[in-house]
Amino acid sequence: MFDDFFIRALIAGLGIALVTGPLGCFVVWRRLSYFGDTLAHSALLGVTLAYSFELNIALSVFIISSLIALILIQLQKKTNLPGDALLGLLAHSSLAVGLVVIGFLTFIRFDIMGLLFGDILAVTTDDLLIIWTGGAVILLVLKLIWKPLFASTVNYELAEAEGLNPDRAKAIFTILMAAVIAISIKMVGLLLITGMLIIPAAMARNISDSPQKMVLFSIIGGLLSVLLGLFSSLEFNTSSGPSIIMASLILFILSLLKIKQSIKLKN
Amino acid sequence: MSSENSTLVKLNNAGFKQNDKWLVEGVSLTVEKGKIVTLIGPNGSGKSTTAKIALGIYKNIEGSVEKYTNKVGYVPQKISIDWTLPLRVYDFMLLTENIKDEAIDEALTLTGVIHLKNKNLGNLSGGEFQRVLIARAISKKPELLVLDEPVQGVDYTGEIALYELIKRISDTLNCGILLISHDLHTVMTATDHVVCLNGHVCCSGSPMDVAKNNEYKTLFGEQASQILSVYEHKHDHVHSDKGEIKKN
Repeated sequence: MFDDFFIRALIAGLGIALVTGPLGCFVVWRRLSYFGDTLAHSALLGVTLAYSFELNIALSVFIISSLIALILIQLQKKTNLPGDALLGLLAHSSLAVGLVVIGFLTFIRFDIMGLLFGDILAVTTDDLLIIWTGGAVILLVLKLIWKPLFASTVNYELAEAEGLNPDRAKAIFTILMAAVIAISIKMVGLLLITGMLIIPAAMARNISDSPQKMVLFSIIGGLLSVLLGLFSSLEFNTSSGPSIIMASLILFILSLLKIKQSIKLKN
Repeated sequence: MSSENSTLVKLNNAGFKQNDKWLVEGVSLTVEKGKIVTLIGPNGSGKSTTAKIALGIYKNIEGSVEKYTNKVGYVPQKISIDWTLPLRVYDFMLLTENIKDEAIDEALTLTGVIHLKNKNLGNLSGGEFQRVLIARAISKKPELLVLDEPVQGVDYTGEIALYELIKRISDTLNCGILLISHDLHTVMTATDHVVCLNGHVCCSGSPMDVAKNNEYKTLFGEQASQILSVYEHKHDHVHSDKGEIKKN
């Protein structure tokens, strides 16, 4: 059944949604959406390197994104520039470098649209393996660092004072971010990955009153977005990334109605 | 002097420098099981910094900290919580350790906020939140409690009740408490050891010793002598949290 490209895309997309759900909650809680963007933009460089040296795309993207995250941490220590300026610097320069490198790789035909916005036709059986094993590892690690990561998200000093080692949790989380971008780049495209992280989580925030509920709804929202998005992508022949993100936007708008209702009830 | 194994945390000539400015330096103190050590001093004298040194929040310190326990409960003076997080009081109680529901209920009852258990943290008043902070710290049954202005924003009767609670916890759990307080009255009546800070240790000892110290008097002026007289008169009753009089 993996022969059918659409079945492959569905399985890949659902696997990605399972991972972006909980990770996306942390992106929203820790205000990391622009950080996610920066890592995703740098992924283009990873893709070009993968083509140049015939590496696995996910692996190459993972390495480059982790590298960019490391550079960011170093720049934060060594300069007095504000965080968002550093993020912008890295995001756009790595995107630019990636595009220039593509210009040099004239011997390879690039599907730029596919890279930027995702391509369901591109998902291979190997990709499924990477997404599901990679995803399982990411979720397992996230479960292991959940307590210190969440505690330090709420308050760093409490976590540190009560012996939870928040710095280590933060470093591991950064690697997880690079990993989730690596496994979802083909499917969602590098311009829209952050949307996949943020929008279902934002939708979930509107309808939850506890962190656990928010993670659960974020996963459900992501799964629904993938289903809706992929079927409409097939139906209307649109790119997979934008279709999935639009589906999640629709869910977000529906969640706003729920807020309106509860405000009415309160009054 | 005490035996080593009752020591929970020990600061040896500890200090912390930020942007080339000493926030506090040369602090030596020991917190032992069942004892309350209080830090007093004017604003900016390094009380919170000393607490953070003891907790290991500051890493690049002068001197040394010996910590003999990992069961720590902390009530910080300032806490910035992101109110966009969906966080109920119940979730907050479980923040750093998985605690049994009974222990959560017990702690929230002790600090008088059990009715807020399922409320969103962002909807609490300052005083209510302070009570939740204290409940969270004690529900872990810590060996070391660090309380930085724990009753700020709490109403007056609540303040007294909470200080009584803190004293009781120190006795029943046999935990050591490092307390920071502006309320000199409390300090003088409930504390075993007082450290008076002003960027450095200006004097330390039993409450009586400190109250008689000249440097202390210069630092606190008029207030100091008044407190001394307060300390010397004995209460024959206490007030419950409803304001009723209870004989000692």
